[in-house]
Amino acid sequence: MERIPILKMGKFLLVTIQVDMHDQLALTLQDDLTNRIVNDHAHGVLIDIASLEIVDSFIGRMIANIVGMARMLDAETVVVGMRPAVAITLVELGMTLSGVRTALNVDNGMAMLNASLQRQGA
Amino acid sequence: MAVLGDEVAPIQSSSDIVKIRQLVREWVVKLGFSLVDQTKLVTAASELARNTLDHGGGGQVRVEALNSESRRGVRVTFSDQGPGIEDVEQAMKDGYTTGSGMGLGLGGAKRLVNDFVIDSEPGQGTKVTIVRWRNV
Repeated sequence: MERIPILKMGKFLLVTIQVDMHDQLALTLQDDLTNRIVNDHAHGVLIDIASLEIVDSFIGRMIANIVGMARMLDAETVVVGMRPAVAITLVELGMTLSGVRTALNVDNGMAMLNASLQRQGA
Repeated sequence: MAVLGDEVAPIQSSSDIVKIRQLVREWVVKLGFSLVDQTKLVTAASELARNTLDHGGGGQVRVEALNSESRRGVRVTFSDQGPGIEDVEQAMKDGYTTGSGMGLGLGGAKRLVNDFVIDSEPGQGTKVTIVRWRNV
């Protein structure tokens, strides 16, 4: 089955979404990521959506779900690389992804995850 | 008004939704839409294709490229033979949902396009037509 790869980098998991996801692929990613957070004892998740040309309400909801699930499993999530056109469209669509932490690029996102890890004293 | 292109595709599975996004993208690129306008129409098409699949039990989409002296447009029409919508006005409101979604589909899609027409009656299926224009 087609899957989106999840990489482990120290205490964090890194997901780079590079394909136009159909719905099942998005749901599989949700399942895989929650399992990996637990199995790898991950403290943070970085989701890179720089390649995504659109985010509709389904994919937006998937992202919000991942953030919520990860939080319950004691992991922070940062979404990075959203394209400006995607941000404009999401807001007009009515989806502001409140509660989802974002950063402009992977470097900034990793810095955010590291900072919250240090705050926790882990 | 001249029709530059006219394509029909099925909406029977979630992979069809991905194909429809690509089909609409091809036409907005061909017609020279800005990146933001491209993204808006493709996103609206994605929302409506999912509605056709989830609520209409599947159906079809038609993508037409329109050309006149002053403007160009891409018109996307979604039609299904599903149960139809009881109260269209209610269904257009944000947050209204009968499915598992967030209820942003119809109202959200309308905000992303220039023209939006919905034609639905209980038992008669649903047809939604959207157009996004660009001036030339």
